[in-house]
Amino acid sequence: MTSQLAFKSIRKVIPVLGLVLLMLTIYALPLAAQKAPDQRKLTDPSAAGFEPAMDVYDPWEGWNRGVYKFNYGFDKFVFLPLVRGYQFIVPETGRKGVTNFFSNLSEVQNFANNLMQGKIEGCVNSVFRFAFNSTLGLGGLMDPATDMGFPEWKEDFGQTMGVWGVGPGPYMVLPVLGPSSLRDAGGLAVDAVVNSLWRDFLINEGTDWSTSTEDKVKWSLTGLQILNTRSNVAFRYYGTGSPFEYELIKFLYLKNRQILVEQ
Amino acid sequence: MRYFCGILITLILAAATPLQASDMEAYDYPFVNPLEATVVGTPTVYRADIPRRDPIREHSLTIFEDREVPKVFWYSSRLQFSLAAQRGKAPLIFVIAGTGGSYKSPKVVNMQRAFHQAGFHSIAISSPTHMNFIINASSTSVPGRIEEDAEDIYRVMEKAYQSVSSRVSVSEFYLTGYSLGGSQSAFLAKLDETRQTFNFKKVLIINPSVSLYNSVRILDQMLADTVGTEPGAFNSYLGRVVRSFLTAYDRSEPLDFNEDFLYQIYKKRVPTEAKLAALIGFSFRISSSNMAFTSDVMSRFGLVVPSDQVLRTTDSTTPYFEQLLRTSFMDYFDEFFYPYHQARNPSLTRDRLIDELSLKSIETYLRGAEKIAMTTNDDDIILAPGEVDWLREVFGSRAKIWPTGGHCGNMEHKDFVAYMVNYFKK
Repeated sequence: MTSQLAFKSIRKVIPVLGLVLLMLTIYALPLAAQKAPDQRKLTDPSAAGFEPAMDVYDPWEGWNRGVYKFNYGFDKFVFLPLVRGYQFIVPETGRKGVTNFFSNLSEVQNFANNLMQGKIEGCVNSVFRFAFNSTLGLGGLMDPATDMGFPEWKEDFGQTMGVWGVGPGPYMVLPVLGPSSLRDAGGLAVDAVVNSLWRDFLINEGTDWSTSTEDKVKWSLTGLQILNTRSNVAFRYYGTGSPFEYELIKFLYLKNRQILVEQ
Repeated sequence: MRYFCGILITLILAAATPLQASDMEAYDYPFVNPLEATVVGTPTVYRADIPRRDPIREHSLTIFEDREVPKVFWYSSRLQFSLAAQRGKAPLIFVIAGTGGSYKSPKVVNMQRAFHQAGFHSIAISSPTHMNFIINASSTSVPGRIEEDAEDIYRVMEKAYQSVSSRVSVSEFYLTGYSLGGSQSAFLAKLDETRQTFNFKKVLIINPSVSLYNSVRILDQMLADTVGTEPGAFNSYLGRVVRSFLTAYDRSEPLDFNEDFLYQIYKKRVPTEAKLAALIGFSFRISSSNMAFTSDVMSRFGLVVPSDQVLRTTDSTTPYFEQLLRTSFMDYFDEFFYPYHQARNPSLTRDRLIDELSLKSIETYLRGAEKIAMTTNDDDIILAPGEVDWLREVFGSRAKIWPTGGHCGNMEHKDFVAYMVNYFKK
């Protein structure tokens, strides 16, 4: 979702980031230490053989929970109203096309990460997908490659680092973006830079638009991609009916990443 | 010869036609294994044809004006329910969700859509065991005593109806609920005889638990049998379940950590060698963890959260979850549920409490209540031996018992939906 944060764009984002950080600070305070809870008498956690089932490294839990809460508010008052507007304006077939379009652009990311993980089959898959979908698929709006036996094979730099032996590190809930880890957040930033350089290259070399038009197109694409991504995810903060939602999401996120790295 | 052939064909057709018709009517629910039925539910081709257009609107209200919602539950500070309204005058059906289920759980939504298609209004209410209900509408904070739960639900029904009464024109009131919500509906029907706010004309009890105590013991056992008691067994079980869940989970579907949690695994890939029983038991364990934690915080009982501890929105709840995941329902019963209710009512014995949690405690009423019908399945897994027969005997001609379907697995089947809708229509 951040894939559009190009180096030169960062300057423009700084005021927004500052505001977000300020709001986060207000939300996440106070982070004072809490006392350890009493445990049920039946299962003594110090007894031999007791291993926590959800033993996840989350040293920044207080902060993360604050961000989690912030994301709920952001979703409710900013993100989801925009997404509903997008879904109202663009019909389902159109949104499918948008999804395909961005998925096609991300084949460069998939190719590079497959390569760095030594997955030659994945590289070949990416090349064929990009070739077929860019041409037969009308610039990536459609996805004939999947029907031709080349289904999407996503890889990102977080996974690549995982394959290289880098552990996930502390669990992190990112503002707006949601569940992540220190490793995956870093990976996300690297992928974002690669993707935006690649996109800018296509726009700069592929068109003879003026600089201001190019900027407008880049920003519109970024916005569209963010809306489309959120539109494809049904998750709602505090919507699962469990008081342990934070724990369950954290656990599922990290397990899922672990499985993806092992694959 | 041609003439003869003509007659023969006519005869064959004549013979075949009624046969075909009865074939069409035969109940064709596909799963004979009740565990599989419970988990997989009803595959699309067997489902009733119900429009996808959504008539359901969400509403919320405050039940107890003076209740302060703890900070840790800041996001659940009003009772939520839903209404599906008709334009004109029509009967209104109250729908009560099953254990841990919310007013928007898939089974409830499906019922509301079917009722809407058939011309009824409906109001859906979360189970008194759902966190949103415990926080906002439970008078004791520790649900489970069905008679008290019925009082709480009745209060919610009154307030919910009151808050939307300007939007609906109601001819008469009906009531239905499934699973625990079915058992509660029976008690609600009885309560309504004296309160008479709604004067329910028809009540349909779907897959009720006869004895809650028996049902939860069965569910406890399902998890215990597979997972085992040796150190590390629970963790490795959890690891396996989560792995299968994640490979099957589709991000475009909402996550619901309640009754149908994890069942999504098998909606797409039917298991070859499935630990179905353990999966059902584990799903129930998540539900009961949600409930126990919420009750513990609301009542300040101190089961896992120290009674003097005030949890803030950024505090970790993980250690409590760890404990509750390992707490069987029987432990919950003996360490929390019974002591808590005994403290409020010192003469309450354990055996009397268990008896209270059973439909058998209102058997005389149920035998005579012509307005109540009951439907369940011969192979419902939450019923102990003999309980289906008890239901059949008590409800007599008002009982409809399907041969298969497990626990609520056939609720979306076209025959079941037709039965359910026709019961309220006729």
